[in-house]
Amino acid sequence: MAVKKISKVQPEKFEFNKKNKETADSIIKNYPSGKQQSAVMALLYLAQKQNDNWIPLSAMKYIAKYLDMPYIKVYEVATFYSMYNLTPVGKYFFQVCTTTPCMLRGAYNLVDVCKRKISEEENRLSEDGKTSWLEVECLGACVNAPMLQLNEDYYEDLDPTKLEQIIDKIGNDEVPQPGSYRGRLSSEPENTRKTLIGNKNA
Amino acid sequence: MLKLKVNDIDVEVEEGTTVLQACEQAGAEIPRFCYHEKLSIAGNCRMCLVEMEKSPKPIASCAMPAAEGMVLKTNTEKVKKARKGVMEFLLANHPLDCPVCDQGGECDLQDQSMYYGIDKSRFKENKRYVPEKYMGPLIKTQMTRCIHCTRCIRFATEVAGVPELGAIGRGENMQITTYLEKAMESELSANVIDLCPVGALTSKPYVFEARPWELKKTETIDVMDAVGSNIRVDTYGWEVKRVLPRINEEINEEWISDKTRYACDGLKNQRLDTPYVKINNKLKPSSWDEAFKAVSERIAKTKSEKIAGFIGDMTNMETTYAAKDFFEKTIKSENLESRYEKLYINTNVRSNYLFNSSIEGIEKSDLIILIGTNPRYEATILNSRIRKNYLKNKTEIISLSDVGDLTYPYQVMSNNTDTIKDIIDNKHEISEKIKKSKYPSIIFGQSVLKLKSAPYIFEEFKNYLLENNKISDDWNALNILSKNSSTVGSYDLNVLSKNSSYEILDKLENNNFEILILFGQDNLNFQKKNEFIIYIGSHGDKGASIADVILPGATYTEQDGYFTNLEGKLQKAYKASYPPGEAKEDWQIINELSSFIKRKNLYKDKNQLIDSLINYLNLNNKNEADFEVPEYNFKSEKIITEEIDYYHSNVIARASKTMSECKNIRMSLPKTGTDS
Repeated sequence: MAVKKISKVQPEKFEFNKKNKETADSIIKNYPSGKQQSAVMALLYLAQKQNDNWIPLSAMKYIAKYLDMPYIKVYEVATFYSMYNLTPVGKYFFQVCTTTPCMLRGAYNLVDVCKRKISEEENRLSEDGKTSWLEVECLGACVNAPMLQLNEDYYEDLDPTKLEQIIDKIGNDEVPQPGSYRGRLSSEPENTRKTLIGNKNA
Repeated sequence: MLKLKVNDIDVEVEEGTTVLQACEQAGAEIPRFCYHEKLSIAGNCRMCLVEMEKSPKPIASCAMPAAEGMVLKTNTEKVKKARKGVMEFLLANHPLDCPVCDQGGECDLQDQSMYYGIDKSRFKENKRYVPEKYMGPLIKTQMTRCIHCTRCIRFATEVAGVPELGAIGRGENMQITTYLEKAMESELSANVIDLCPVGALTSKPYVFEARPWELKKTETIDVMDAVGSNIRVDTYGWEVKRVLPRINEEINEEWISDKTRYACDGLKNQRLDTPYVKINNKLKPSSWDEAFKAVSERIAKTKSEKIAGFIGDMTNMETTYAAKDFFEKTIKSENLESRYEKLYINTNVRSNYLFNSSIEGIEKSDLIILIGTNPRYEATILNSRIRKNYLKNKTEIISLSDVGDLTYPYQVMSNNTDTIKDIIDNKHEISEKIKKSKYPSIIFGQSVLKLKSAPYIFEEFKNYLLENNKISDDWNALNILSKNSSTVGSYDLNVLSKNSSYEILDKLENNNFEILILFGQDNLNFQKKNEFIIYIGSHGDKGASIADVILPGATYTEQDGYFTNLEGKLQKAYKASYPPGEAKEDWQIINELSSFIKRKNLYKDKNQLIDSLINYLNLNNKNEADFEVPEYNFKSEKIITEEIDYYHSNVIARASKTMSECKNIRMSLPKTGTDS
C-alpha cells in the first residue's frame, strides 16, 4: 500500500451540514476541554460520509480550523488510516481483503476480477463512474475468506464467478444480498457441525 | 536521587532522567538516532536498546525512565546483536549513495553503522523510493535516505513553533513532508539540517560544495543580531562555505537562525576589494596611498568640529575603539556617534541598556511583557527561549502591540503610551500582575526608545520597577532588546553624543558637517548635500554609494574582533578567512590613516589596541555624574513596532542571494496561517 494520493480535482469549499455540525459538537464534548483535537478521527469520518465517501483537502482544513490544530496533523491522520478515502470513490465501493488468510483462499483472483470488470487501477472509477475498488488489509472475517466489503456490507466466501455476478448486478443498480455466498450462516462450519452438537444455542 | 548499576558501575541520577542518560553518566556510549536532548522523546529508531535485568527483551533506553535499583548492561552479546539487527533494518531501505551524499563524513548513520552494524546486507528486494519534497530555498531533501527518526517534525513543532512538518502515510511508506509541500515558515527552519542524522535533509545553498574534512573550522560568534550566537565558520580557502551552530547553553543552546546560517554567501558578493576615490563625480579604483592622501588632504582643510564619524551595526569593538581614539587624538573632534536613530539611552549604569534578565533567565521568568518589539525578527534565538518558557510554564505573555505570529500566544493591549502611564500609576491590570510576579521580564524594543516620550517611559518605568523591588541583585526585570551586534559594545565604549543627546544626528540632518566618516554605517537617514563622505566597510551598499572615498575593510569572519551581546557578554569573533583583494582589517585602516595624517600610528600593533581597549572597559565604571537625565514629559502617542526586513537587515544579508530568495518566498506566502 503506497502513500495515498490526493485527488487532483478538489472542491473549493467544505462545510458540515447542520446535522453533522451537531454531531461533531457532541463528539467534541466527549473530550475534556482543550483536548478537542482527539475528535479528529470521528470528524474526518463524518466529513467522508457527508462528501460521497471521500475527504477533500478543504474538509481537512475545515476540520483543522474546527479543532484548532495544524493542517499537517489532520493530514497525517487522514493519510495514515486506509479507511479514509482521499480521492473520489464510486457509489459502490469494493474493498477487497488481501491479508494472508484471504490471500491463501484466493483473494488475488478477486482482485483480478476487479481489475477486469471495474478498473485497471485501484481507486480509479469504472467507466460508468459508479464503482471503484481498493485492496485493503484484514477486515476481520478470515473464517469466511476470501471476502470483500461493498459499502457497509460484507460479501463472504466468494470466488471469481460469484464476484462477477455481484458486479453485474450492481451494474443494473441492484444491491445483491450481503453475507456468505456458500450459504453459511455467519461463520458456522462449512458442512455439518462437528462440535457442540448437543447445544441448541450454539 | 536514584541508584542504578550500569555495566557494574554504580551511578546516582536525578529523578526523571532516562536510562539512556544514566548510561551516559556511567560512561557507556549509547548509539541513537531519534533521541535528542533538546526535543521530546519519540523512541522510534530502536537503536538505543540496552539489556535490563529481569526484562526478557532489551529495552529502548531513551524512552525508559530510570528507576531505583535498575541493573543495566550495555555491552553484552545480546545488546550487540540487537543493535546489529536494528541497524540492518534501518539500512534495508537506505540507499548506498554515500559517495554523492552531502552528509557523508558527518553522518550519524554512516558512523554508527561502522561501529554497530554488520558489513553485509541480506536484503535482496528492491529498495523503497520516496519522491523529493520541496521544503523551501534552504532545505534540500532526498527523502529516500530518511530513516523516520522524526527529529525534524519534533523540532518544527516544539522549538520552532511552526507545526508544518509531519509524517504522512505509514509503515514503510511513511514520508516526511510539509503540508502540501510548502516552504517552512520559520526563521529557525535550517536547524533541521543539523538535526537530521542522515542525508535526508541537507543544506540547499551548500549542496555539493565541499566535504567536511576539507574545510577549515573556526569557532567564532555571529553578528547578524545582538544575540551573539556561537557559531563555527567553515572555510575552504578564502571562501566561507557554511556556518554551523556551536553549543552554548547560555545563549543559543544549539540553534542558530537562518540569517546567521545562510547570510554567509553575502560575504563573497558586492565586496569592496580595492580603495576608490571619486574623481569628476565618478568612483575610480585607486591605491591605498592615493585614497589616504585624498582623505588626509580633505581633513587638513576642514575644521575638526565639522567632521563626524558614525559606527555601523556590525562593527567590532576594536574598530569602534580605534575610531574613538582616531577622533579624540588624531582629529580632535567629539563627533562620533554609534546610533543611527534617535534612541534614548541612559548611560548612567550599564544595566540601563542591557537585556538584564539574560537570555537564559527568560526561561524562569513568570511574566513577559513586550513593549515595541518583535523578538521573532529582532532576536530569533531569544524568541525561541520565550517559546520554550511558554511551553514549559504556560507563562503569561503580553505585548502592547499586535506584531503577528510570535510562535506562542500572547495578549495584546492598547499600544498607546497611555497604557504605560496607567501601569506606572497602578491603574492598569498589568500593574497588579507585575507586582504579583516574582520574575517579570519587561522587554523594551528600540521602537520605544525612539519615541518622543521615551525618556518618560524608560525612567518612570525603571523607577516603578525599583519601587516594586523588581530590580535587585537577584533579578532585574528591565530589558532593552538591542537589534544590532555592535550596539551594546559601542555604548560600553561611550560612543555617543554627550549626555546621549541627538546633537550629532540633528546636525547630520541639517547638513552641518563637511566630512562624514562611516565605519561600516549604512543605515543613516539623511540627504547628502556637500558632505565629503569616507566609507570604511566591506560591502558596496548604501554607505558606499554616497561615498567620495571608499576604504575597503573586512567582515566579521575576516578579522578578530570583540562583540558585546545584548545581555552584556563580551565575546570574541575569530578570523576564519582574510579580507579580499586589497582590503584590510578595519583597525589597520584607521591606524594607517592616522599615521598618514599625523605621521604617527595610533597603535604599535593589534595587541596594544586590545590591551588599551580592555583597559578602557575595566576602568570606565560609568559614574553617575556622566549622565544627566534630561527633563521629560509624558506625551500620548502610539507605540509603533518598527517592522524589520528580516532577511535584508544588514549589508551582508542584503548581498546574499539565499536571503533574497527567502525573502521572495516569504513575501509570496499568505500573511496568516489560517489563509490557504
